[in-house]
Order: sequence, then C-alpha cells, then structure tokens
Amino acid sequence: MRPLTPKRILWTCGWLAALLFVTVVLALRMGAYSISVPDIVKALFNGVIGHWQEIPAEHQMVVFGLRLPRIALEILVGASLSVAGVGFQALLRNPLADPYVLGVSSGAALGAIVSLIAVPHTPGAIQVAAFLGAAITIGIVYFLGRRGGQLDSATLLLAGIISASLLSSIIMFLMTTLTTRDFRGMAFWLMGDLSSPPPVTNVFGWLGFLFTVFLIAAGAIYTTSSDLNLILTGEEEARHLGVNVRRVKLVVYVGASILTGLAVSVSGAIGYVGLLVPHVMRMLFGTDHRLLIPASVIGGAIAIVVADTLARTVAVPTEVPVGAMTALAGAPVFIYLMRRRVR
Amino acid sequence: MSGTVGIGPALAANPGAQEAPRPLRLNAEQASYAYAATDKSAPKFTLSSTTFTADQREIVAILGPNASGKSTLMKLLAGLIKPLSGRIEVDGTEVSEMDLKTRAQRIALVQQESELLFPLRVWEYVLQGRYPHGRSLRFESEEDCLLAGNALAQVGAHALRDRWMEQLSGGEKQRVILARALAQQPSLLLLDEPTQHLDIGGKVELLRRLRKLADENRYTVVVVTHELNLAAEFSDRIVLLHNGKCLRVGTAAEVYQRDLLEEVFQAPLDVEIRRNGRPRVLLRGVE
Repeated sequence: MRPLTPKRILWTCGWLAALLFVTVVLALRMGAYSISVPDIVKALFNGVIGHWQEIPAEHQMVVFGLRLPRIALEILVGASLSVAGVGFQALLRNPLADPYVLGVSSGAALGAIVSLIAVPHTPGAIQVAAFLGAAITIGIVYFLGRRGGQLDSATLLLAGIISASLLSSIIMFLMTTLTTRDFRGMAFWLMGDLSSPPPVTNVFGWLGFLFTVFLIAAGAIYTTSSDLNLILTGEEEARHLGVNVRRVKLVVYVGASILTGLAVSVSGAIGYVGLLVPHVMRMLFGTDHRLLIPASVIGGAIAIVVADTLARTVAVPTEVPVGAMTALAGAPVFIYLMRRRVR
Repeated sequence: MSGTVGIGPALAANPGAQEAPRPLRLNAEQASYAYAATDKSAPKFTLSSTTFTADQREIVAILGPNASGKSTLMKLLAGLIKPLSGRIEVDGTEVSEMDLKTRAQRIALVQQESELLFPLRVWEYVLQGRYPHGRSLRFESEEDCLLAGNALAQVGAHALRDRWMEQLSGGEKQRVILARALAQQPSLLLLDEPTQHLDIGGKVELLRRLRKLADENRYTVVVVTHELNLAAEFSDRIVLLHNGKCLRVGTAAEVYQRDLLEEVFQAPLDVEIRRNGRPRVLLRGVE
C-alpha cells in the first residue's frame, strides 16, 4: 500500500518541469535565426533577473520578441487542452471524451467565422468572438444536458454531439461565403494554428491574463480531484461515500469548458492533445487525479511545444498548422493505446 | 499490523457503550415513500408505512419477491430518498437530514459492483472508504492506511491488496467492496443483494463474516436478500415485504409461516423448525 503523497506529486512534477524546460530551450533554438543553447540559457537567466542590458539586441528580439511568446502560448494551449481532457473524461465517464466532444470548439469556430465576415481583419476580433461562441455553446449545452435538475453524463454527451454537429453545418455554410484568402485562414484555424501574431501589443500582459484564467479554471478542477477519483468508480457509489456529485460535475464542466474556450480562442481546434495526453499520463503515473491533473498540465505543454516546433520547422519557409502535426502523431499513438487496451 | 486502531464505528467507539445492552441503532417509524411519474399524476405508493427497529450487533434481513419495495426501503435507510411520511433515524438522528459526509461516516451501502472506468488497485479502492473522514481534497494519513489494511484483513482479503480490481473473482471482489464499506467505519452497514453472484459456499462464508462483523464491530447490518434459509440462519430480525407493504416484522420463527410465505412468494413451500429453533423453508414437489 503506497498512497499518494504531496512529496511524490512535487517530485514527479519537478522532473516533468525539467523536461519541459529542456524542450523549451530546444524549441527556442530552432528557427531561421540560429542561437546556441548556452546563449539561450544565458538570455533567459538575464531576462528572469532583469538584466536586459546584458542580452544582445538580436537575441532579445528573437528569444523574447518572437519565439518565447509563441512558446508560452503553446504551453498555455497544451496545458489547457490536457486538463480539459482529463475533466471531460471523468465527467462523462468516457475514455474517448476530449475537450471538443461537447461542441465548445464548434461554437468557438462559429464565433470566429462570424467575426471574419462581420468585422474582417480587426485585431483581436477572432479571439474575442471565438471565446464568446464557446461561452454561448457551453451555456446551451449545459441546459440541454441536464436531467432531473442536474448534469447527466449521457444526456450531456448527446446534447454536446448534436450541438457540435449543428454548429458544424452552419460553419460549412458560412465557409462558402468567404474569400479565398479568408477561407485559407479559416481552414488553418479549424485545424489548429499558432502562427498568427498576438492580437495585442502588450504581449506579456496578454499572456499574463490568459495564464491567470488558466490557473483559476485548472485550480477549480484540481480542488475536485479526490472527488473525481471516487466518481470514476460510479456516481452512485461516490454519492454514498459523501461526494457532492452535483457540485463536482458543475465545477468540472464549467472549468473544463473555460479551459477549452481559452485554448480554442487563441489557437483554433488543435486535435488529439486533449484526448491522448491524459491517457499517456495515466499509463505513466496512474489514475489518481491529484497527480494526473498537474502531470497533464506539464505533459500537455510538452506535447504542444514539440508539435508546434515541428510545425514551424519541418517545411521551412512555410508553416504547417500545428493541428496537422498533432493529428499525424496522435492517430498512431491512439491506435497503439487502443490495441494495448484490447490485449 | 498494530491493533491500536479498531475498525469499528468511529462514533460508537466509546468504551462504556460496550456494557449497555444493545442500544437502539436504527429506528424506522411509519416510514413510507411514493413517487409520481409526472408532476400531475397521482402519487403511487412504492412503500407504505413501515416500522421496525434494530439494535447494535443485530442483523436484519429484508425479504420479499421482486417489486415488493425492498430497494425503496434500502434507499430510504441509506438516506438517498426522503420518506413521504414517518422517519428513519440512525443513532437518534434523522437520516435524510444528515449532510452527505456525516451520512457516509455513519452508513455504508454495499451495492452490486459497478464498472470501473480505469484500472484500480485493491488498496486504492479500499482507501476510498476513508473519504468521508476528511476534507474533500486530502491525502491519506497513516491511520487511514492502517484502517484500510485492517478492513481488508477483516474480510480475509489482505493478500489481495496489490492486485488489480479487474483481476478479482466474483467472491474476491465482493469481499473487497465490503472492505471499503468497513473502512468507512460506519455504524450501519447496508447490503443490497450481496449474495447474488456467489456460489453456496461463498454465500455462507459472507453471512458468517457479517455475523462476526456485527458482533465484533458492533455494527447493525441490514441485508436485502432472496435467500430465505440463509436469512433464517443468520439474521436476528426479518422484515417481510409484499407489494409495497410491510407484512410482518419479527424473528425468523415468527415470520416464516407456511401460508404467509406461500402467498407472498407464490410457490408451494414447507416450513420446518430445526433443533436450534430456527425455521427452514423447503420447496414442496411441484406437480
């Protein structure tokens, strides 16, 4: 009997964070302008302690101006999608659930496309409209997915799938009205893409806001992690053991939906990460949500940093949408996991 | 394993209580329940007024054919539904008014096994029984582990602790589910058809174990079962239900009347009294 301790969580997350740091440094190195690893580490260290004058101007621009904001966004998106995946898999009691299963991404996509048509080429409009689209979908699916005054896993899943399907057909219709350039942009967005420049000038302020929202939503889900462990053995049983199942479901639904909306509004619908990272983390560290959630935060971040670095470097000088990379890598991993489960 | 931490009910762990002659633990007083299919339709009685009591160390068997109201009574006792009239009290507190965690500290419900979504070790499963005794987001203490270990030992499943739940046989799983309920340290243990998937040896073993647990841990045990003879052998009190009505409450000898049982179960039955004073039900030749 070896129950989970805070020390084990810190130890596991510590080495995962070290792995993320190595991945980030390597990702900062990759690109048209070459910088050595020691120079990157030196620039990061000086940046952290505030000695900006000691960083060469071109390093400042490449590391802090171009690559680091994008990597920070990759970390945010990967972490958000993975935690949302863990949440939805537990909430819907379905190992095949992913952050998009309840139609949040379709709602966001509809918002984005409507903004492209209504206010074309306005900085930030797509992100705001996508988030609004996601929020409205979350609300509608919530009311459709209730039974007897509370969220019912099967009804919620059906409501989500039907809503996603309806929204997709509207998106298809609206896509036909776009110009060729917008059509390509929208297609990239639908596949999941991190190449668009940030919509604001104060990039670090914007990232700070996004990370704050992430921490609140992911933190709320984390507070239910002991309850989620019990819900996995059955809702009825969890209730007998004293879990307030209704409250837990609401917190996880709202938290996971906000995280999905956050990720989708800045990067489009990047597939497979929210489905696979939780499964890989379960295989590595077990099913206990007290460890699974923080491990998925870092694991998801690593997955997207790697995928997006490949996406921007494999076909230089053009870029591949990151969603195409995650799908290419994700589908074989998924098949492997599925076959392993069958055996 | 240290013997300093007992597995008995946390709330009744008071040394003076042992001297008291079987204090009243469970009191169902005129409890009834009805539900309506829609808001406008008339309520349909699924259980009409039922009254019985149970003391510490007693085993109560709830008997009756299918759709007689057994599950409804079990849900009422577990506090999952609120009685339409009457009251159900455990240790003097009305069950439907307890908050979720207090209820889980006092009442453990052992149901049929449910499908686990992801694999789980036996010890992880049993440790879940400690959930009601702490904050919602918590880490298990050494005491929790000790209690979970003791619970496994009490059901003779200590050797299974590192196995995966999905690898267990039906009987082993039943014991582990019971161990999780013991780890809750309840004062009232409810079991819903626990013998359903067990062979006759397993059934006898389970009921012997329940008898021992009731005696040693001062539990009150309520079992819903279809096993008339096992119920007669191991229980102190029988509640016989039929068509949502509580027909009789008493010892097996009082309840097991040939005409009554034949009418309730719609089968040709004989009842004989054994040397130990407990009745035995036999199926008469069907012609």
